[in-house]
Amino acid sequence: MEKNYYVCTGCGMLCDDIEVESEKNIVNKVHTACRVGVAHMKEGRESAVFRVDDKPVDEATAISEAAAILKNAKNPLIFGLGTSTNETQKLAIELARKTSATLDDTSSFCLGRVVEALLQNKFKVCTLDDVRNKADVTIFWGADPSDSHPRHLSKHSYFPRGTEKQRGWEEERTAIAIDVRKSHTAKICGNYFFQIPPGGDAEFIDALIAGLSGKLPKTSYNFPPKRILELANILKGAKFGVVFVGLGLVYSLENLEPLIRLMDALNEKANFHLIPMVGHYNMRGFNENLFEETGHVNSVKFEDGTVKHGPEYSIVESLKAKTVDAALIIGSDPLSSLPRSVAKNLLEIPVISLDPCETLTSRRAKVYINTAISGVESGGSATRMDGVKVNFKPVVETTRLSDEAVLKKIMEAL
Amino acid sequence: MTNAMELYQMLPKTNCKKCGKTSCMAFAVALMARELTPEDCPPLKEEPKYKESYEKISGLFKPSEGATETGLIVHEDLCFGCGNCVVACPVNVANDPYGVGSGNAPKNAGKLILTIEDGIVKAQNVGECRRFGKNKILCNGCIVTCPVEAIEFV
Repeated sequence: MEKNYYVCTGCGMLCDDIEVESEKNIVNKVHTACRVGVAHMKEGRESAVFRVDDKPVDEATAISEAAAILKNAKNPLIFGLGTSTNETQKLAIELARKTSATLDDTSSFCLGRVVEALLQNKFKVCTLDDVRNKADVTIFWGADPSDSHPRHLSKHSYFPRGTEKQRGWEEERTAIAIDVRKSHTAKICGNYFFQIPPGGDAEFIDALIAGLSGKLPKTSYNFPPKRILELANILKGAKFGVVFVGLGLVYSLENLEPLIRLMDALNEKANFHLIPMVGHYNMRGFNENLFEETGHVNSVKFEDGTVKHGPEYSIVESLKAKTVDAALIIGSDPLSSLPRSVAKNLLEIPVISLDPCETLTSRRAKVYINTAISGVESGGSATRMDGVKVNFKPVVETTRLSDEAVLKKIMEAL
Repeated sequence: MTNAMELYQMLPKTNCKKCGKTSCMAFAVALMARELTPEDCPPLKEEPKYKESYEKISGLFKPSEGATETGLIVHEDLCFGCGNCVVACPVNVANDPYGVGSGNAPKNAGKLILTIEDGIVKAQNVGECRRFGKNKILCNGCIVTCPVEAIEFV
């Protein structure tokens, strides 16, 4: 019996084996998904909300108001899109081009650097299905998938039986956690948990590279050299290794040079791949779509047909320097997630918020359009954390507009 | 948890046989094995002088009330549905190798012991569990793979 599976867009893993029981467009029961996915799928509401200046209005007023804000702005900021489909992201890039906007997403203060290096072929990559079928050594570095991507270990990286890994996790797989605290993932890794002090990642990488070439590994925080050598030996014997890079590692490194050196050193002795632990379900999609169009993954400014790129065009820097004079925020909540000193500058400019949920940003926005939850109430395609394209259809129907439809209408109004 | 001797100390120790057992010690052993409940001892339940002991013993057994025949308890408030136990359970893997055994959705949910429903693990068919029946072993596949200690055997 062929079952009807849906894709969960709760996180970057895009689990494609979710069964849903729904009645009258309300999700009643979700099978196989984790708690994150279940909460995401049951979030839906009935009626759409359009607000201007905190007063309910109809759709046309909200759209024309949003278009007017973008038209009057000299340098609007378009931000978010991590939880939008590829189609929406392409529209947003077009809109940014049309309005000479600054375009950025959460990856500028997240894993953007790693995805950029990946797209420039600086790392050897593989898909999550390869991980399930072949991987014998997996490293979770600065990442805690047990909490951020709950089904990561059970669906791909540690517990499942794969085509070349038939005997299961006890015998054929080794999971290693390198982190600053004993996370839930580290607990599962047991003895293969290596606790390093915050900011100690670069030194640990150097020590590990020394260990790989048989030298005595040294760190300023006196990490037992014996344990680093033990780790190096496991890594040397890997037939198919994967490093899952989390935010903890990226935040700790000044630049990616040590990580690139480590991957090269590992690939001299063994066979290692890298996958970024992308949080938002389509952050990688945004990076790839923008890279295709402009050659950059985030922080760009469109001006008279040219594209400028640099940290000064990221959301943090452009808000800090107050270079933007309006903001279109799609599916993101910068007022909550950015530091207060930066986020408060958002209050001084007109903000348009497109979001399926009420957020702090949406409450303070001049225009708020309540959109459909993409992946639950509207379909499309997205890019998984490992670069695989996944198509999905809506689980339930809704009268609310998808963010794609809203962007189309705004562009028509312009 | 406690042992039969400690339970015996809290019982009336009159060997009245109203519970159907030959002595209070036998009743304590039956309590331990969860064959009987504290309510099965009429004097303990009814007589005011044993009220304190009754409440204490009932309190001891409260956490395991939701346990299945194998003693498996799922702490639903801790579980977040990662599915590690579902994929690691040897019986699940044997009964559904291409479904949950390979990390996917169950292809034959009726035959499984552990499944994820609404983000929380649910136990069913516990008779199939390796800790149950004549050839039982102390399998702990679902316990050691749980990151939050949401599964427990009592």
